[in-house]
Amino acid sequence: MSAATAPVAGPAPLPDPAAPAPLPAALKKAARRRRAVPYLLLLAGVAWLLVFFVAPMVYQASTSVQTGSLDEGFKVTWHFSTYWDAFDAYWPQFVKSLVYSGIATVLCLGIGYPLAYTIAFRAGRWRNLVLILVIAPFFTSFLIRTLAWETILADESPLVHFLNTIHLLDVTSALGITEGDRVMATPLAVVCGLTYNFLPFMILPLYTSLERVDGRLHEAAGDLYATPFTTFRKVTFPLSMPGVVAGTLLTFIPASGDYINAELLGSTNQKMIGSVIQSQFLRVLDYPTAAALSFILMAVILAIVMVYVRRAGTEELV
Amino acid sequence: MRPIRWLRKNLVVVFGVLTLVYLIVPNLVVLLFSFNKPNGRYNYTWTRFSTDAWQHPCGVAGMCDSLTLSLKLAVYATIGATVLGTMTAFALARYRFRGRATTNMLIFLPMAMPEVVMGASLGTLFLNMRIQFGFWTILIAHIMFCLSFVVVAVKARVMSMDPRLEQAAQDLYASPTQTFLRVTLPLAAPGIAAGALLSFALSFDDYIITSFNAGNTVTFPMFVWGSAQRGTPVQVNVIGTAMFVIAVLLVLAGQLLGSSRRKVR
Repeated sequence: MSAATAPVAGPAPLPDPAAPAPLPAALKKAARRRRAVPYLLLLAGVAWLLVFFVAPMVYQASTSVQTGSLDEGFKVTWHFSTYWDAFDAYWPQFVKSLVYSGIATVLCLGIGYPLAYTIAFRAGRWRNLVLILVIAPFFTSFLIRTLAWETILADESPLVHFLNTIHLLDVTSALGITEGDRVMATPLAVVCGLTYNFLPFMILPLYTSLERVDGRLHEAAGDLYATPFTTFRKVTFPLSMPGVVAGTLLTFIPASGDYINAELLGSTNQKMIGSVIQSQFLRVLDYPTAAALSFILMAVILAIVMVYVRRAGTEELV
Repeated sequence: MRPIRWLRKNLVVVFGVLTLVYLIVPNLVVLLFSFNKPNGRYNYTWTRFSTDAWQHPCGVAGMCDSLTLSLKLAVYATIGATVLGTMTAFALARYRFRGRATTNMLIFLPMAMPEVVMGASLGTLFLNMRIQFGFWTILIAHIMFCLSFVVVAVKARVMSMDPRLEQAAQDLYASPTQTFLRVTLPLAAPGIAAGALLSFALSFDDYIITSFNAGNTVTFPMFVWGSAQRGTPVQVNVIGTAMFVIAVLLVLAGQLLGSSRRKVR
């Protein structure tokens, strides 16, 4: 087969010195096979994502403009007002989701940075142990850890008792983040839970980017009479920017769609948009509204992420 | 003035340690309350010490069934996601081809998508295809969201590998298969292991996506969620603690193994 494809008929044309020598057919075939290798490797994984991730999204988009009921079936009627109705009915939950997850993200950054910095520059031979301790909470299930916060923040817990004794809860109640002498079923509890649950997602990217910072740069800054704070502000922090961006996104995105914390630690007043989507889907069985709400959430997050990434100036996230 | 100077110098470390305490405290609470014997249904207040729950970890109806189901799901999902993800990662790390950027984007998207959105849309698809919810729909969903994490872990490792090692193997007359099995795969193993571990943890722990695709099947997180409404049994704390201890021991063992091997070399 390979011999047959080689040109044999006619007088052999003078070889053009500029043109590359024609590849023997066998080599050509091997090259073609080589070119097919990445596609063959990709085939299964990409097909899986196309069928079970992309197709459902497209399907969801069509569901969001359908009308009907579970008994009669749903039909595409380009009923775009579902979006408006859904947003109109549930905008407070949207706002709460974004505010709670935004605050939790900022808190995670503030709380997580010192630990990431400690692991990267100060932990020495304890580094691996501390890293394990950061990842370790992951291994006790998310729900069980959130339930542990229910115990910690319960009305009769020592912590809440202590906070009441020092009258801190009076201050927070005046600010509107707790109610009376309780912590449970208040925005504070929800934000606490979110911050705790997503903290490792902040610490790990921060650590990875801080670890790459050359320690000698600190010495150099010190030699040039920079105070430790100036060194941090002008050298360390800017160099850790990729970690900051990755960490905030990895915290903010899952936190804004989360409803476990809001359901377990909050009351109906702290419901987040995830709860609404879930109950529309699983209990109300109003699939178009659930689909429209998912798309609004996705669009809002995408818009925020795009503005944020452009502002932060790092676009090499993938 | 000495302590103040010390504090100024080590302020970062002090904050770091406090954060670490914040991260660990809930686990300690779970441990502590696994030895509690509550009076009512709610395990929120300390009553008295008891090892009842540890002696009868399966004493709660349905809990151990859900645990077995979750473990089985996690094993299957890990195998599926690791195989598919590793192949994808090799293609992305080793080859330049048309559609590479698009594929990278496709891999990135599931990680940047809130779980509710993914869960609800996959659930809608299954529902309209009239596919019966159960073990297989959960498994499909788990492989879908674990896949990207495996790709990222393996890709990072493969990209940092020295391609000359494989060339050297070929120069020494290793066949492509031998090169792959004896050189490439062992070099990529830490990345593959990291991806597999992550998949296992993600699958075992997932509640949100599972709840949209489970139908009447109850995984362990779903059991915990259901029990949270009526008062969580003490045994849940036992399982939580046991998982924590086993995982930490495994990671420590891996670390020791890694460091002793490095010494031998």
